[in-house]
Amino acid sequence: MSSAISVTEPIVFRWQPAEIIAIAPVTPWVKSFRLRCDLAHNYRAGQHVDVRLTAEDGYQAQRSYSIASVQDGSGTLELMVEALPDGEVSGWFSLCAEVGDRVELRGPIGGSFSWDGSDGGPLLLAAGGSGVVPLLAMLRRRVQAWPEIPAALIYSVRTRQEAIALPELERLDREGAGFDLHLATTRETGGRRIDAALVAGALLRLGRPEKVFICGSNRFVGAASDLIVAAGIAPGVIRTERFGG
Amino acid sequence: MVTRGFVGRRQPPETGARLPPGQYLTDDFPILQIGPNPTVDLSTWRFTLREGARPIKSWSWQEFEALPRTAWHGDIHCVTKWSKFDTGWEGVSFDDLLADAATAAPTGYLLAESYDDYTTNVPVADLVGGRAMVATRYAGEPIHPDHGGPARLLVPHLYFWKSAKWLKGLRFTQTDTAGFWELRGYHMYGDPWREQRYLGD
Repeated sequence: MSSAISVTEPIVFRWQPAEIIAIAPVTPWVKSFRLRCDLAHNYRAGQHVDVRLTAEDGYQAQRSYSIASVQDGSGTLELMVEALPDGEVSGWFSLCAEVGDRVELRGPIGGSFSWDGSDGGPLLLAAGGSGVVPLLAMLRRRVQAWPEIPAALIYSVRTRQEAIALPELERLDREGAGFDLHLATTRETGGRRIDAALVAGALLRLGRPEKVFICGSNRFVGAASDLIVAAGIAPGVIRTERFGG
Repeated sequence: MVTRGFVGRRQPPETGARLPPGQYLTDDFPILQIGPNPTVDLSTWRFTLREGARPIKSWSWQEFEALPRTAWHGDIHCVTKWSKFDTGWEGVSFDDLLADAATAAPTGYLLAESYDDYTTNVPVADLVGGRAMVATRYAGEPIHPDHGGPARLLVPHLYFWKSAKWLKGLRFTQTDTAGFWELRGYHMYGDPWREQRYLGD
């Protein structure tokens, strides 16, 4: 029997090759890429990787992408990439990438925006648009290993068509196993934005969250943080991650 | 390793020369932080220089605003790969803080400490000689809370995570002591021109 020894190893992120082994459309603007790489053997839900592309003449570009998958022993991980207008790296992924192509990755990065069941719950997640990707990984981790921990996802998206992994999220919600999806579509008839009533409703069903993760655009994360703090949740349990300007 | 089909978007030479390796230019001002904006009230705001646990000098907002002012204009670089050109800041230089406290830096390192409990480490040599300030204005206006107001550290020659938002003090340390991100795999120094993003870079 081994005793519990806490070992702190220095974290060193080195560039490593990764091969695209599957590509699938997720929404009109988002594709899923499954990559085989060494770091797929050791990451936490919510973390991201840096991706580096290199042109023939040596020119390189890097961007960060959240990991959508959870460790499953396959030696692969899933990234979801949204095609941005004029996106230098996302443009390559959305228009050019094929199965068999190789890129470089390093990570996993972002230990403070990550969750595992031993960190506790209930778990309140709030996402705007493609900000749902790291939160999806947390929900997948919960299903995989911690189904008894109550969780809720407030998901703000322009239209249902643009919602990432909606069938998976709605199935989890329907199965009623301690998870509620609160979908807010902002550009559909009868749609709404995240507001105090939506947050109050989510908290009423969930109970007081011990862990809160918010991810999306600046505007979404600012609004959602303010609403969740105003609902009486301690700022110290809230972690945020923002995309773009 | 060449990525099949990747061409990339080349910057004009005058832009490229100002971009550290791996960075791209943005016109936005992205916001990155670990949690919600802390509530910082100017009537109770204090800024404190400490050596370890011992306070050296502490200023109220009024006292701080009465210190000599410094302006800086130039480019900033975030470890998440965006750079922003031609930003303008105003505040109190680290040199002027030390002068007002009538002290020399007691050690070679310090930790910047924020109202949201964020910390980051910077060598004193990178703060003296006009290289850093505690900024209270951005583009001529009080700094918006999203960007670290009322006061943030500004060390523009290092990656911007070193420029701690919502600053409440600077704590001199005997050794170079890792802060929040440095404990999580980020580089202890963070020079964008040497692309020191993570430990081992």
